[in-house]
Amino acid sequence: MKKITALFLAAVLAACALCGCKGTTPANTASSDETTASSGAAATEIVVGIPQDLDSLDPYQVGAAGTREVMFNVYEGLVKLNPDGDYVDAVASSHSVSEDGLTYTFTLRDGVKFHNGSEVTTDDVVYSFETCAANTVNESVKTAISVAEVTVSGKDIIITLPEMNSDFLAYVSNVYITPAGYTDHATAPIGTGPFKFDSYKVQDSFVVVKNEDYYGTPAALDKVTFKIFSSQNDRLNALQAGSIDLATHLTSDHVAVIPDTYTIMDATMNLAVALYLNNAKAPFDNEKVRQALWYAIDIDKVMNMAAGGGVKIGSSMFPAFAKYFDASLADNYSYDPAKAQELLKEAGYENGFTFKITYATEYEHPYGDMAAVIKEDLAKVGITAELDPIEWNSWLSDVYQGRNFETTLVGFDTSVLTASGMLQRWTTGAGKNMINYSNAEYDETFEKAQKAASDDELQTSLYKQCLEILNKTAANVYIEDLPEYVAINPAFTGYEFYPLYILDMSTVRPAQ
Amino acid sequence: MDSKTKAKKKFFKGNAFLYIGFVITAAMLAMIIVSFFWTPFNPTEMDTAAKMAGPSSVHLLGTDNLGRDILSRIMKGAGTTFLISVCVVAIGCVCGIIIGSLCGYFGGIADAILTRVCDTITAFPAILLALVIISITGGGTMNVIIVLGILFIPSFARIVRSEYARCRNLNYIESARLMGASSFRIIFVHILPNTMAVLLPAITIGFNNAVLSEASMSFLGIGVKPPAASLGSMLRDAQTYLRNTPWYAISTGIAIALLILGFSLLSEGLQQAARREE
Repeated sequence: MKKITALFLAAVLAACALCGCKGTTPANTASSDETTASSGAAATEIVVGIPQDLDSLDPYQVGAAGTREVMFNVYEGLVKLNPDGDYVDAVASSHSVSEDGLTYTFTLRDGVKFHNGSEVTTDDVVYSFETCAANTVNESVKTAISVAEVTVSGKDIIITLPEMNSDFLAYVSNVYITPAGYTDHATAPIGTGPFKFDSYKVQDSFVVVKNEDYYGTPAALDKVTFKIFSSQNDRLNALQAGSIDLATHLTSDHVAVIPDTYTIMDATMNLAVALYLNNAKAPFDNEKVRQALWYAIDIDKVMNMAAGGGVKIGSSMFPAFAKYFDASLADNYSYDPAKAQELLKEAGYENGFTFKITYATEYEHPYGDMAAVIKEDLAKVGITAELDPIEWNSWLSDVYQGRNFETTLVGFDTSVLTASGMLQRWTTGAGKNMINYSNAEYDETFEKAQKAASDDELQTSLYKQCLEILNKTAANVYIEDLPEYVAINPAFTGYEFYPLYILDMSTVRPAQ
Repeated sequence: MDSKTKAKKKFFKGNAFLYIGFVITAAMLAMIIVSFFWTPFNPTEMDTAAKMAGPSSVHLLGTDNLGRDILSRIMKGAGTTFLISVCVVAIGCVCGIIIGSLCGYFGGIADAILTRVCDTITAFPAILLALVIISITGGGTMNVIIVLGILFIPSFARIVRSEYARCRNLNYIESARLMGASSFRIIFVHILPNTMAVLLPAITIGFNNAVLSEASMSFLGIGVKPPAASLGSMLRDAQTYLRNTPWYAISTGIAIALLILGFSLLSEGLQQAARREE
């Protein structure tokens, strides 16, 4: 027994000592970091810290978003995403869509070379489409590409679709162009991007070097080392020690402990975070109750307390996808407990009610924190919210698939960046319609938007109408897109944010 | 009378474990009792202005990531942890005494079976079993108490059983039997007080284990439901902000350490005292 007590005390002391250490490291290492920053005078080589290993280098076997964002520098499609959320020509020099939206014509760009020196031919493009349709692990890309018929006429690649797909360009950007017959991507990937593969050490690093033969604006950096960290904590230690130049996907808590020798850039995480309400369950089947809930919650406070900032969304669209985002929607339900009580009374719930807020324990921060803040707000209008943390797998099976929940706090993103990807899920009967939202006007507007593929302006306005309906009917209590930060060594500049998981190194350049 | 006070003095004298344990436990208990009536701040109230504030004259131990006063939460959290542990030990102890005494006193086939069942349960690490059961039944304070309570029964039952098995053939029990005392009377009036020497340390150790088990389960996120605080769930929160607010983890850790240390020393002291009496 004595031994146990002694051991326990020793453990406690050790824990305290560790805490102490961690508390003081930033101060100790700030000076050593300065030397790193100044010694980067050459500054054409950069070290980027990434928080997980790559799952595959093969363009069609990449499942993890964290891998895709790195490989964006090596592989390209006929078109590629730009920071504004538009799909611009890459390996193709131009593209056009027929009136009926069924035929896409891409013209191959002249003089595009693979990293192995050979020139890209139409055969390579056809091969890439076929391989992608057969092998890709991305199910939505597979579905979209496998129905397309690819034919070649001179320098033109003509793709015919059996039915209209207004998001087809987004899928084309996921078909990476690789040399016909080349199968060694897993060990030596070859693409057409601004950087070419140099070396890869499992759980250690992934290195790319400048592609001198790039057809577009060549990269300013000679070498990019993606240093792999097994945990977010290890990466933070590296930031504190100043051993990496760039780190993305940081939260406000991380930023608070990063030494100020780094420049911090802020953007958003591209998530539509909301208190998602099961519209099929009473009392959330009542629009007035849903609106009351929104009025009763001080969204600004939730954002500041639980996430350290962010951007209010007001609907199912995140702000970085600027083409469709409507900032004015976010202000429609300003904090007003009196109005909330009035609405509750009209709905027959003047004595309030009790409900559960389910969230995954893995995402306790920020969703558990948000739930705690929301609970306090709702108590003021007589509504009792119970917090119900469950395991992520149970969340997926019970809440997401089983739809057996009252409300849940979570953020939604999209794997292929399209407006319909974000909005299709709320149509009546959609497989992903977790909240059982059913609104005839919404379904109709969405349908019209889908059909308006050839008229971009009309389509955009229709999608915006959809978002307005979600907001007006308070389908969910929309909260925010979480803030996300990038820490960069001031010796570098030019980092650009994308509305999707992308870590584009081609625009980064030395600051001088 | 005189001899009794002497005995009491002797009880504490030279028994530093008992003395220090008593002081620490009394201090913690005082804090817990106060927390039921008063805490410096409302433990769930959020102060927007003071998020992750360091220790100051207003917030003695600072505030957490949602601007809640850490001292208030530790007081309330220690209370929650303490209450859960008391209930767990009570369930384990009462059921353990009943099962153990009947088995030990009567023996036979029922004894053999129940003892094997107890052995089987003790063969599994308690926390692992608790995790399995809780993930099936769902978390929450009530479930944690019931599950841990049941898992604590075997350890008490075994101790009590061996004492009864030892005592049942002693002369004074034989005499009681000859005088026509009922089995019930013999079990609870004659033998039970004589098991206190082993039962008391077992209760204090059991209490320690209960505190640790509750803290571990809440730390793993399957115990007390937020935003209610228990020491374990607070440590879990604190872990995320170890870099930002190290005092949060340190003060919560110290609270757990003190609670356990107090009872460990108390139990050690009680055992020493018992040995000395023999």
